[in-house]
Amino acid sequence: MCSDAAISVRDLNVRRGEKLVLPGISLEIERGAVTGLLGPSGTGKTTLIRAIVGVQIVESGAVTILGEPAGSAGLRARVAYVTQAPSVYRDLTVRENLRYFARILDVPGERIAEVIETVSLGEDADREVDNLSGGQGARVSLATALLGRPEVLVLDEPTVGLDPVLRADLWRTFAGLAAEGATLLISSHVMDEAVHCDRLLLMREGDILAASSPDELLRRTGTRDMGEAFLKLIEEGRSSEAPGA
Amino acid sequence: MTPRIVAATALRVLEQLRRDPRTLAMIIVVPCVLIFLLKYVLEGQEGSFDRVGGPLVGLFPLIVMFLVTSITMLRERTTGTLERLMTLPLAKLDLLLGYGIAFALVAAVQATIVSAVAFGLLGVEAAGSTIAVVLLAIANAILGMALGLLASAFAQTEFQAVQFMPAFILPQLLLCGLFVPREQMAPALEALSYALPMSYAFDALQRVTADGSLGGRGWLDVAATIGATLLALVLAAATLRRRTP
Ligand SMILES: Nc1ncnc2c1ncn2[C@@H]1O[C@H](COP(=O)(O)OP(=O)(O)OP(=O)(O)O)[C@@H](O)[C@H]1O
Ligand SMILES: [Mg+2]
Repeated sequence: MCSDAAISVRDLNVRRGEKLVLPGISLEIERGAVTGLLGPSGTGKTTLIRAIVGVQIVESGAVTILGEPAGSAGLRARVAYVTQAPSVYRDLTVRENLRYFARILDVPGERIAEVIETVSLGEDADREVDNLSGGQGARVSLATALLGRPEVLVLDEPTVGLDPVLRADLWRTFAGLAAEGATLLISSHVMDEAVHCDRLLLMREGDILAASSPDELLRRTGTRDMGEAFLKLIEEGRSSEAPGA
Repeated sequence: MTPRIVAATALRVLEQLRRDPRTLAMIIVVPCVLIFLLKYVLEGQEGSFDRVGGPLVGLFPLIVMFLVTSITMLRERTTGTLERLMTLPLAKLDLLLGYGIAFALVAAVQATIVSAVAFGLLGVEAAGSTIAVVLLAIANAILGMALGLLASAFAQTEFQAVQFMPAFILPQLLLCGLFVPREQMAPALEALSYALPMSYAFDALQRVTADGSLGGRGWLDVAATIGATLLALVLAAATLRRRTP
C-alpha cells in the first residue's frame, strides 16, 4: 500500500435498507491521476462514492481522504462531489447557479466564466437549467464542482448522456486537471470509458474485482477491450469459487 | 456562521422566487382578496370584521411562508441540492439564516401591502400602530418559515408537503382565538391552544389592533412567538443531516 494515496478505504461496510451493498471492501486511489470506477448498474458505485465524500452513513470501516477522515469539515473546500443526477437549482440560470456556489466557496467571479467555458455552456449561460437538455444540466452540475479548483474531484457518471465529441472534450479536461495535480475518481457503467483512465477499479456486486491500469488489465486477461476483460474477470471469479456454490 | 454565505443563500432564494412571478403575485394578491372577501362576508355582523381583520393581516405571512418554505426546502432535499450543500463549506445555520432573511424580506413587502389595503382601503380599524402590525407580521412570517423548514423534513413529495398546510396550520388557525375567543372554548381545547405557537402570534396582534398596545402580556406573547421560532429552527437544523442512509 502506498502511503501517498489520496483516498484510502479500509474494510468498508455499507448497508442500504436490508442490503449489504459494500461488504467490507478496501482500496486506495492514487494522487494526481484519473481513476475510473467501472461496474454494471446497481453494483454499488454511487454508494462507494457517497461513502468517500462522507454523505453516506456507513456501518463500519475507515475512509480517509487527503489524510483526514471522510466528511471532515476541513475537506469541504478541498473535495468536490458531483452527484449522478444533476444537483443544481433548476429554476435558476446556469450563471446564477454558479454565482451562488462561487460565493459559498469564496472564489472570484472570473472563475464562473472559466468553468462555463470548460463545460462548453457559453451560449446557454443565461438560460434556466429547466430549459436545458439533460446532458447540459449535467454539465452545469459538473461546472459547479470545478469552481473551487478542488484537490480531489469525485464525479458520479459525469459523461452519461453526452455526445462523443463533448465526452472526449471532458476526458481531456479531466486529464488536464490530473496533470495539474488533482485527483479524480470518475464512475461509469460504460466499460469503453476505461481507456481514458490512468487507473481502474472494476466493481461487481459490491466487490472490487480488479484494481490496475487499463493496459495491465488487458494484458492480464489477454483481451482486447474492457468489456471482454470485465467478462473474463467475472468468469475467473466464478471458476475459482467452490463448484457446488 | 459565515455572513458571506448567509447573504449568498438569501439572494439565491430571492432569485428563485423572482423566477416564479406567479407565486410572488399570489403571495401578495391572495391575502388582499381574502381580506376583501371577509369584509363583505361579515358585513351584516357588527364589529366582527374589525375583530378579525387586523389580526388576519399579521397571520397571512405565517401561513403563506409556511407553505412556500416547506416546498422550497423539500425541493432542496429531493433534487439533491441539499446533499451537495452539505458537502460544501456551508454551516447549517448559514442555510437557515439565509432562508430566514429572504422570507422575512418577502414578508415585509407582503405585510406592508396587505396592511395598506386592509387599513387604508378597506377601513379596518386598528387601535394601535399599523407599523407594529407589520413588524409582528414579519415575526410571524419567520415563525411560519421555521415551521415550514421543519415540516419539510417529514414530507417525501410536494403533494405531501401541501397536505401539511391543513394538517399543521389549519388546527392552529381554528384554535388561536381568531374565530372564537380562546376562553370560550372547551377547557381541553383551550389548554391545547396554549401549546400552539399561532395562539401567541394571534394574541399579540389582537392586543395591538384591539387594545392599542402590546402591554406586558403582549410582550410575553412576542417572546413566546420568538421562542417557538427558535425551537422550530433548532429542530429543523437537526433534520438537516450531512450523512444519510
Ligand atoms: N436509498 C437506498 N435505499 C436502499 N437501497 C439502495 C438505496 N440506494 C441504492 N440502493 C441499493 O444499493 C445497491 C447499489 O446502488 P448504487 O446506487 O450504489 O449502484 P450504482 O453502481 O451506482 O448503479 P448505477 O450505475 O445504476 O448508478 C443497489 O442494489 C440499490 O438497489
Ligand atoms: Mg450510481
